[in-house]
Amino acid sequence: MSLETDVTETLDVKGASCPMPVVKTKQAVDGLSEGDLLEVVATDSGSMSDIDGWASGTPGVSLVDQEERDEGGETVYVHYVQVEE
Amino acid sequence: MSTESEDASDADAPGADGEAADVEALRERVDELEQQLSAADVDADDDTKSMVIVATKGTLDMAYPPLILASTAAAFGWDVTVFHTFWGLDILHEERSKDLKLSAVGNPNMPVPNAIASLPGMDRMTTKMMRKRIDDNETASIAELLDTCFDMGVEMQACQMTIDLMDYDEDDFYDGVTVGVGAATALERMADADVQLLV
Repeated sequence: MSLETDVTETLDVKGASCPMPVVKTKQAVDGLSEGDLLEVVATDSGSMSDIDGWASGTPGVSLVDQEERDEGGETVYVHYVQVEE
Repeated sequence: MSTESEDASDADAPGADGEAADVEALRERVDELEQQLSAADVDADDDTKSMVIVATKGTLDMAYPPLILASTAAAFGWDVTVFHTFWGLDILHEERSKDLKLSAVGNPNMPVPNAIASLPGMDRMTTKMMRKRIDDNETASIAELLDTCFDMGVEMQACQMTIDLMDYDEDDFYDGVTVGVGAATALERMADADVQLLV
């Protein structure tokens, strides 16, 4: 079972910079249910630290994984945020 | 003797009654303490953080920090209040917030000498350059950040004394802005807040 197959919803915040990746992640999480997994795709390198910090400081969510990928020559930062049960 | 025995029984009787009364008093005290403890537990459960920012500047660059921090803190689920005063009011001013400006005067980090930066029309040029950078970098606009703050329940307050001082009208501000507040309101919130910032 890979994380990709468990994803409930994908949020594309490519191009957006601080603070929007975090703000949009929060707004997306508010629309999900317990146990859901949100995939956040960003191009802002600061999102690696920011989404980690946000998830640690926010009750009810946990950061399952983060990865850096190359997508057609562009570096994207992918975050998996789980809504806790 | 009889007096003594009476004394003794008198002493015993209140003693026994007293013991029962003490136990009753203790029970009541325990109940009282248990109630206090459960109330304290409820208080401890309410660990929502809060932040108060005092925004005093209305230039294009200085409008960003309060809005970025406020929207991010709201994303953390914090209770956020931004108290706008003096030129910080322009951030909430429906017309003026769309036209915030940046000046190179007095900022030695900008690549324009003060003598040139102070010429007529230079602020407009500096602002245009900054706006282009903001667009090119896909940095959120002031309007977008304001919308986000309102959407996320950030309380945007406009200081009444400076509204009057700057000759603004309460209707000049965005819907949802709290007017009729002053330093005491800000301080009261700050005293209870986890984070207090002056920008």
